[in-house]
Amino acid sequence: MIPELGAFFLILSLSLVLIQISSLLIGVQSDSTIWITLGKRALYIHALAIIASFVILSYCFASNDFTVKYVAMNSNTLLPLQYRLSAVWGAHEGSLLLWIMILSIWIVAFAFFSSSLPRKFVAWTLIFAGIISLGFLLFCLFTSNPFIRQIPPPSNGADLNPLLQDFGLIIHPPMLYMGYVGFAISFCCALASLMLNEYTNQWAVWARKWTLLAWAFLTIGIALGSWWAYYELGWGGWWFWDPVENASLMPWLVGTALIHSLNATAKRGVFAGWSLLLAISAFGLSLLGTFLVRSGVLTSVHAFATDPARGIFILLFIVIVVGGAFLIYGLKASQIDDEGYKFASRESYLLLNSVVLSVVTATILLGTLYPLAMDALNLGKISVGPPYFNAVVIPIMAPLMIFLGIAPLAKWRHDNWIFTLKKLKLPLLGTILFSIAVLLMLVENLTIMAVIGTVLSFWVIATSLATLISKENRISVKRLDGAIIGRTIAHIGFGLCVIGITLVSYYENTSHLKMEVGDKTQLDEYSFKFASLDNVKGPNYEGVKATFEVTNNKETYQVSIPAEKRFYNTRGMTMTEAGIDAGLLKDIYISLGEKIGAESWSVRLNIKPFVRFIWLGAILMAAGGLIAMSITSKRVKP
Amino acid sequence: MKKRTKRISGIVLGMIGASVAVYLILSAFESNLMYFYSPTEIANGDAKSRQSFRVGGLVVENSISRAPNSLEVSFVLTDLKSTQTVRYTGILPDLFREGQGIIANGSMGSDGTFNAFEVLAKHDENYMPPEIADTLHTEKLREPK
Repeated sequence: MIPELGAFFLILSLSLVLIQISSLLIGVQSDSTIWITLGKRALYIHALAIIASFVILSYCFASNDFTVKYVAMNSNTLLPLQYRLSAVWGAHEGSLLLWIMILSIWIVAFAFFSSSLPRKFVAWTLIFAGIISLGFLLFCLFTSNPFIRQIPPPSNGADLNPLLQDFGLIIHPPMLYMGYVGFAISFCCALASLMLNEYTNQWAVWARKWTLLAWAFLTIGIALGSWWAYYELGWGGWWFWDPVENASLMPWLVGTALIHSLNATAKRGVFAGWSLLLAISAFGLSLLGTFLVRSGVLTSVHAFATDPARGIFILLFIVIVVGGAFLIYGLKASQIDDEGYKFASRESYLLLNSVVLSVVTATILLGTLYPLAMDALNLGKISVGPPYFNAVVIPIMAPLMIFLGIAPLAKWRHDNWIFTLKKLKLPLLGTILFSIAVLLMLVENLTIMAVIGTVLSFWVIATSLATLISKENRISVKRLDGAIIGRTIAHIGFGLCVIGITLVSYYENTSHLKMEVGDKTQLDEYSFKFASLDNVKGPNYEGVKATFEVTNNKETYQVSIPAEKRFYNTRGMTMTEAGIDAGLLKDIYISLGEKIGAESWSVRLNIKPFVRFIWLGAILMAAGGLIAMSITSKRVKP
Repeated sequence: MKKRTKRISGIVLGMIGASVAVYLILSAFESNLMYFYSPTEIANGDAKSRQSFRVGGLVVENSISRAPNSLEVSFVLTDLKSTQTVRYTGILPDLFREGQGIIANGSMGSDGTFNAFEVLAKHDENYMPPEIADTLHTEKLREPK
């Protein structure tokens, strides 16, 4: 009975979305407050119905209701409660419901906080948002209903994939979805402003806030995925250029371009067309990501069971939504009018930022879709690996970092090159000194790419700090400008992230070897001793725990690191729990391979310098985004 | 700046960006593509011209053998029609097991053994890399029982 109630709430919310769209349309046409209010009310009840449906699915998991097929496939009575609840989004159907719920929460939040916006603008935004909800609800009900029964029920469930039984995976999908789905608001705002021929700064001021919030969530979501892969997959990688990672990186890159472009539109009334186009593309790429993950066309960790019907549905939906949006844009674009600016101005740098990020996105898109196209045309099965992405993305990003340092010190509208350069003399001097220091430090082990990476990162950080002391931007308590503080923190975060990526890529040290209890080995200045091996038993797994004693040569560092190998009985899956001693400047990472021979194990030892900087940088970027969003900044006077 | 010059400068910037990207893509693309072959295709000589490529299939039961004093391991892959021996030195993924579908990246040795530098296994027992699923599917169609 209870699962049927969940399905009922889904159908109810579908009908409410139809009421929402139609009454808002009538309201917009007749400019009637009553119809618009009715549409909003329908939206609120629709959101409550979705939440009810989600709570019911969670209840089915909590109460081990194996008559529900989705629960039986992804849960087990032995699974601890927190994982039974997070198993709700552990596979396709439930994660789609989560997506829909987050979408309706975003839309409700927009409807709730938009009272200062023109009525028609809000109504159009909610109409487009309703259409997106409608599409996903139809998708959920017709191809992926999580409440389908399975009678007779199995005596116990098939358990959650052990890889997903982890804290990182409890929060990674909701964060990522908050980001993906948040771009829907920017998308709907962009379409509303096109419908109303309203390209002034107002929509940009609003869209900028919502986009920053979505972008901050997406940043955290991607960072969580990377962190999870690092400690859970057992081989210490933090980015694989896996197509699904690319699917989340592409909206992030376009979203990054969008927040910079919107900033210029909001403050100066320029790039209105660009901002609209980027807003449409960011959400379009989020939808594309959903298609790639859910259709099973990809070879990936994330590819759930293949069902062609799902892929076709999402593909059609993308064509209608994104195609329709581009059509509206194309029809209206000629009416968009921008204010002017000189070549030497901050506007030019922001344009450059958009161009570079769009080009990077396009190259990643090509590398991601090319194998699919080749396969569809029967031209052979190929895959495009990390070397392609590294070879293409890194050289394009390098100039971006140079200009990123200059842009915040350039004036809006018009500036003088020499004047800008003068303001850069302090960070420039700092960067030159730093480069010499780096060259001396790395002289024994010099890699030109590592030098370029660290020096550019230093440049970004130094110039970001320099903006704080420059005359125009100097921060005082009286004039607290969130945009400047947020920007500075986010840019420093980006610099730290690149330092982490560079150093761990070029200076990580790895050793794979065969060890048994009592064996000792040396890696860099550390000695590793395989001290003991014990049996462990968890609620739904059995395993062994190896303890390694790690000391450095001076004996100032001495820790024992446990690394586990677990066998999950229900799914028959073996899992590695890496042992990590995390430090700001380096991680010691140990994982057990497999038992080879009577006593010995294959063991992976890693020393990972500065790997934490990657995620620390991401946290700072997200924090910067949130600060820029929450503290209002002033508009530059015309 | 006038609207016209601005538009032109925008287009020029875009063109420069696009050409840099195209250059980088062209130089990086062909050398970094990995082609996938099934053991049957390798037996037919389809992969002869490739320096490095991927091979995928099911790990044959009892085919895994280890060197006594190193991490070298060898195993046999099958697409139910032909087989291919693969040699690898390193730690195999957790989900590597007999009877399961895996993909190996590497190149052919002169002795007809495939030297893998990377072995990938699926992450979920319900999940089969599409390449392998396809290969197995077509091979089954060709060979009616």
